[in-house]
This record gives sequence, structure tokens and C-alpha cells, in this order.
Amino acid sequence: MTSTSTRDLVSQPYKYGFVTDIETDKIAKGLSEEVVRLISSKKNEPEFLLNFRLKAYRHWLKLREPNWAELGYNEINYQDIVYYAAPKQQDKKKSLDEVDPKLLETFEKLGIPLSEQKRLSNVAVDAVFDSVSIATTYKEKLAEHGVVFCSFSEAVVEHPELIEKYLGSVVPSNDNYFAALNSAVFSDGSFVFIPKGVECPMELSTYFRINSGDTGQFERTLIVAEEGASVSYLEGCTAPMFDTNQLHAAVVELVVLDDASIKYSTVQNWYAGDENGIGGIYNFVTKRGQCRGVRSRISWTQVETGSAITWKYPSCVLQGADSVGEFYSVALTNNRQQADTGTKMVHIGPRTRSTIVSKGISAGQSSNSYRGLVQVGPNAKGARNYSQCDSMLIGDQAAANTYPYIRSQQPQSAIEHEASTCRMSEDQLFYLQSRGIGFEEAVSMMVSGFCRDVFNQLPMEFAAEADKLLALKLEGSVG
Amino acid sequence: MIRPDAELLLEINDLHASVEDKPILNGVTLHLKAGEIHAVMGRNGSGKSTLSKVLAGHPAYRVTSGSVRYLGRDLLELEPEERSRLGIFLGFQYPIEIPGVSNLEFLRVSTNARRQNKGQGELDTFDFDDHVRERLQVVQMDPAFLERSVNEGFSGGEKKRNEILQMALLDPVVAILDETDSGLDIDALRIVAGGVNQLASPDNCTLLITHYQRLLDEIIPDYVHVMAAGRILRTGGSELALELEKTGYDWVDQQLAAEGVG
Ligand SMILES: Nc1ncnc2c1ncn2[C@@H]1O[C@H](COP(=O)(O)OP(=O)(O)O)[C@@H](O)[C@H]1O
Ligand SMILES: [Mg+2]
Repeated sequence: MTSTSTRDLVSQPYKYGFVTDIETDKIAKGLSEEVVRLISSKKNEPEFLLNFRLKAYRHWLKLREPNWAELGYNEINYQDIVYYAAPKQQDKKKSLDEVDPKLLETFEKLGIPLSEQKRLSNVAVDAVFDSVSIATTYKEKLAEHGVVFCSFSEAVVEHPELIEKYLGSVVPSNDNYFAALNSAVFSDGSFVFIPKGVECPMELSTYFRINSGDTGQFERTLIVAEEGASVSYLEGCTAPMFDTNQLHAAVVELVVLDDASIKYSTVQNWYAGDENGIGGIYNFVTKRGQCRGVRSRISWTQVETGSAITWKYPSCVLQGADSVGEFYSVALTNNRQQADTGTKMVHIGPRTRSTIVSKGISAGQSSNSYRGLVQVGPNAKGARNYSQCDSMLIGDQAAANTYPYIRSQQPQSAIEHEASTCRMSEDQLFYLQSRGIGFEEAVSMMVSGFCRDVFNQLPMEFAAEADKLLALKLEGSVG
Repeated sequence: MIRPDAELLLEINDLHASVEDKPILNGVTLHLKAGEIHAVMGRNGSGKSTLSKVLAGHPAYRVTSGSVRYLGRDLLELEPEERSRLGIFLGFQYPIEIPGVSNLEFLRVSTNARRQNKGQGELDTFDFDDHVRERLQVVQMDPAFLERSVNEGFSGGEKKRNEILQMALLDPVVAILDETDSGLDIDALRIVAGGVNQLASPDNCTLLITHYQRLLDEIIPDYVHVMAAGRILRTGGSELALELEKTGYDWVDQQLAAEGVG
């Protein structure tokens, strides 16, 4: 007899769990004002940036780690983390030929070929390894259109005025515990600037790779779209398998001016820990976009499948009249993973609109919570929000929660919230199986059916990837 | 159609099965040959659906003894999906709704899995579209149902038509139809029965599970089996169904009591 059971679902061995053996320039463990200064000096930063860091650090010392999320984890020892690690190589690589072949190989193994011949034809990639960006493709081609796409460190050198103007303008350095920490010690990340009237000619993408076992990753991403500009940006991430936890605390800021739009997609596949919850990334991320201009638009799409802990609420501040914010999310948790994720839509300007579509899938003994805030200010006359939060449970030991918060100070606004919970049943799987569809394919058919509304939002190249990734995460032990 | 030289397709011998350690099937023996139509009748709770699910490989049902051979293989060794690909089809008494999964896509994946097994090529979306539209006529089904999620929001009758559509696409060797007639009005019953008759051939066999005579007015069985307390109590020709219609199942209780089972 067959004895397939939904309870037996566990994730397939993590494919990206290898470690690259490379010499690194690492500073000693621990966090202090000295360390903040050291990071800043290693990067030859201008004074305004050092001051930004120091202010953040001093503020961080006064803050407490938040504990309101539906998450349980071992206490993080901030003195046991390395705050800067970079592969040893010449500081500035003029061309890809100068990049250590080991690093190129690493990214190739991750499915991100960077070399001239093999790289993706319509996607420009910034590759970040531990604390530094090692290569950015298509920079010249983008520059022809006036588009700046480079590592954050380079931007600090080449466009300090833009950094000074926009850094911390959406997520202030004292915003929250993890944002303050990031502001003090951030190492690298991507910077994107789309000038007035330009539609970015290709997809932009940053791929983050954590390699060291004791290093935290604190990347900083800043994207600015001037009047009438538009861009679609995708972020991907993986990490090796360690039986310890690594901290990842990123900050992403988006600024959108009149009639401009940013579409920001994430496929997050950090190492999630093993089936007993040993190891995995602690992912505490602050992502926020500000629709400053009229008719501006920000769309967040996220597919969260990795990390032991996910704490993440990509948000939109809808300031400009008629601006639009969107949040499309799939969060999948398995084994002992815990995710507390959602969004904040802050309606400030009149007739601002937002849409929230959240799909949570919990399998194994995992816990998956949606937490979202829709806030409508006194001037947001005619604001509208539509939220839909669906949960799917696989097996009978997983948990799903929904925490929708609504605060409205404007009677002339419309807020609509729908929620549902379903369980993937043995009978549904059996029905598909009895029609010749294998168990795993049946699971993935149901999961991707459930996530369709979100996958449809992903850039074409990545929608199929996301489908496969989810299937892989749930694939494994049949029988 | 009974032919003495017909090939034995499905051979169920002394099959016992339990759910949650409760015995439900208590020694079912049934032999189905090519070209034959068998009807299994019996009261609610006699184990008819259980028999069909055991044959299809539902994980909740455990076979405790006995055997099922299908075309020379041990059927019970196979995963449910392998059984389907090899030509076992179960039309569900209660077809399951699967929100979010497109009916068309589901039918295509399913059909291709079976075709591959038969050594036929896969049908791409365009070829499949033509194929499925042609097959829709077997059950006179509206193509609009292809665009919806699998069975979601279908009425009872629409679900049953969707089952027979699947049967028409999968071209099974052994078709087990569990209460396909229930929930159908008389016109729909005729259409569904017409579809089943159209699909029956000298190379396949059909196991019709029902407890109404009215389906058997449309599909004339070669054999009628009466099931009670998880086994076949009596077997006869199509006239047995008519007799049951007249006398009901009281004699079943008496016989079971006499045997000390009931
Ligand atoms: N999954 C199940 N769990 C518990 N009991 C079941 C299950 N399936 C069937 N049974 C029991 O087995 C007996 C036979 O049911 P079933 O095979 O559905 O009969 P029929 O189809 O002839 O009406 C009934 O007593 C029923 O309650
Ligand atoms: Mg039944």
C-alpha cells in the first residue's frame, strides 16, 4: 500500500548550502563605536556618512529589540557577530576579468552568471558577496540612458550628493531597532537612480550571498525614480548551511517622484535551518517606499521561502495625491520556520489607493503570520484600500495567523478586508493523484494555484522560477 | 458483453481492508473481464465506496489481506498516480473541489500522464484544446467549465459530468464509477449514461456502483453484485437489479443474520 501523507512533507535538501573557500578580510567580532568608525574608514567614506552611522549607533544603544512579533528565537548576541567581511581582492575592479574567478564561479553555481558571454541578456545584475559588491553588469549600457546602477559603496564615492540627499529620508536611522543597527554598520548594497522621464531599459537585479558563518549581512539599498521615471528591480538571496544562525538586517528605501513608478520584487531563499530548526538566517528587514509625487506608484512583490526567522513589512507611504501602493506576498514556511510578515500602507495624500494580496503557506511545524497596517490620515479624502489575506495549511501541525490593523481618520475613505484559511487536504491530493498526477506535482499545482495572483505580478523571467522554488521547498519525502 | 475467451482485466480476491483499524471490506472477490459491465449495488454503508477507493489507492484505507491483480500486476503495490496512468479510473461519488487549479490545465496534465504511459505523445496546449473540445461532446458539457477551477462551485450534476469528461480523456481500461447517477436529474442521467455507454468497448470494463435501478435502465450490466457488510453477498444478471427494486434489501439482513454477520 502507499502511505503518502501530507504530514510527511519536508523540504528538499537546500541546494545553495555550499561555502566558497576564499580568503577574506574580516574585522574582529563585536560592535562598538570603534567598529563603526573602522567600517566607515575601510570604505573611505565622507564625513556625513560617518556621522550618519554614529548617530544611528548611539541611538541604537538606547533601543530595545522588538518583541511584539509572533516569533520565538534564541537571544541574539550582538557582540558575537562580525560586522565586516570582504573577499580579499583589489579594492576596485575595473572589469569583470579582475574579479576572483572563485567568486564568479560561486555566482555561476547560484544560477547568476556574470561573465560577458553567459550573463542574462535583459537583466543587469549587482552581485553582493558578504559585505561587498563584487560586480555589476551592464553599467555602461545603463549609463547611456542616464541610469545609475552600482554598488552602494561606489555610489558614495561617485554620487555623494544623491546619497546625502536621499539616505535615511524614507527610513530614518532611528526608525526601529534593526534599521538603527543597519544604519550604523551597513556594508554594501545597491544604488539605483533613474533620472527624469527615463524608463529603465532593462530589469535590474541584486543578488545577495552570505558566505561566512559568523558574519552578519547589513545591506542598504536605495532606489530613486525621478519625475516620470520607471524601473523594475529584483532582489534574490541565498546563504550556506551552517548550524549557527546568521543575522541579516537590511534596509531598503524607495523614493518615487511625480508620475514615477518602482516595482520591487524579492525572491528570498536564505538558508532556513534544518528540519529540527537548527541553523538558518535571522532575517530582520525594513523596507519602505515613499510615493512623494502625485500619481506615483510603488509595487512590492515578495516571495519569501527561506530564513529561520522572517520579520519584514515592506511599506508604502502614499504622500502624493492619487499615488498607488501595492503589496503582493507569498510567504512559505516549513519545518520550524517562523515568518511574521506583511505591510504598512500609509495614506496621506487625497485619493491614494493601495492593494494588499498576501498568501501564507505553512507546512511542517512552522508558524506564519500576516501583520498589516492600513492607515488613512485626515487629508486622505477618497483613499481606498483593498486587502486580501489567505492562508493555506499543509498538515496539521502548522500555524497561520492574520493580524490586520486598520486606523482611519478620514470618514471619506473605503477600506475593504477579506481573509480566508484553507487546508490542503489529503482528499484533494488524492483526487489529483488518482488522475495520474504525482504527489509532489499535485502539491505544487495546488500551491501555485493558491499563489497565482501574486506570481502574476513577478517579472516574467522570475515567475517560473518562483513556481519551481516553492515546489522545491515542499518537495521531498513522499511515503 | 460477456465473452468466454475475454481477457481477465481486474481480479479481486478475498480483499479485506480497514480504515482507522476498523474493518470495512471483509473478503470481496470480483473478476472483471474485457467487455463486461458489472454493477455493484447495496445499502448505504455496505462498503461500496471503500472498495472503489482501495482500488484507486486512497492512503486512508489499509488492505489487511487478499489481493488485487490488474493485467498481471499486483495493483496494490502501485501509487495512485501509477494506477491512473496504467488505466484504472475512479469516478468519485463526491468529486473534490480544488480552488486555484485550472480545470483545463488539470485535465491536460492528467491526460498527458496517461498518454505517455500508452506511448502516445504529449499534447501541447493547442492540441489539447482541440482534443478536449471534441471530448466535451461525450457529456455535452459547456466549454466554459474548462476555464474554472477544478470542480469549484460546480453543481452536483456538473461535477459528475466533469468526472465522465475525465474518463473520456483518460481512456481507462477499468472504469469504476461510484454513484455517478446520484444528484442527476433524468436528462443529465441520460447524457451521463450515454457517455458511459459510448466509452465502453470490448477492450475495457466498467464497474458501476449504484443503489438505484434507474441507472441500470440506461446502462445494461452483464452482472449485478449485491454488497453487504463489506463483501459480495449475491451475484446475478441484470434481472437481479429488477428483483432488488421489487423486494428491497430486507432479505440481505436475513441472510446476514443467518450467517451470524449482521
Ligand atoms: N475515511 C473513513 N473513515 C472512517 N470511516 C469510514 C471511512 N470511509 C468509510 N467509512 C465507513 O465505512 C463504512 C462503509 O462506507 P462506504 O464505503 O462509504 O459505504 P457505501 O459507499 O457503500 O455507502 C461506513 O460505515 C463508513 O462510515
Ligand atoms: Mg458510497
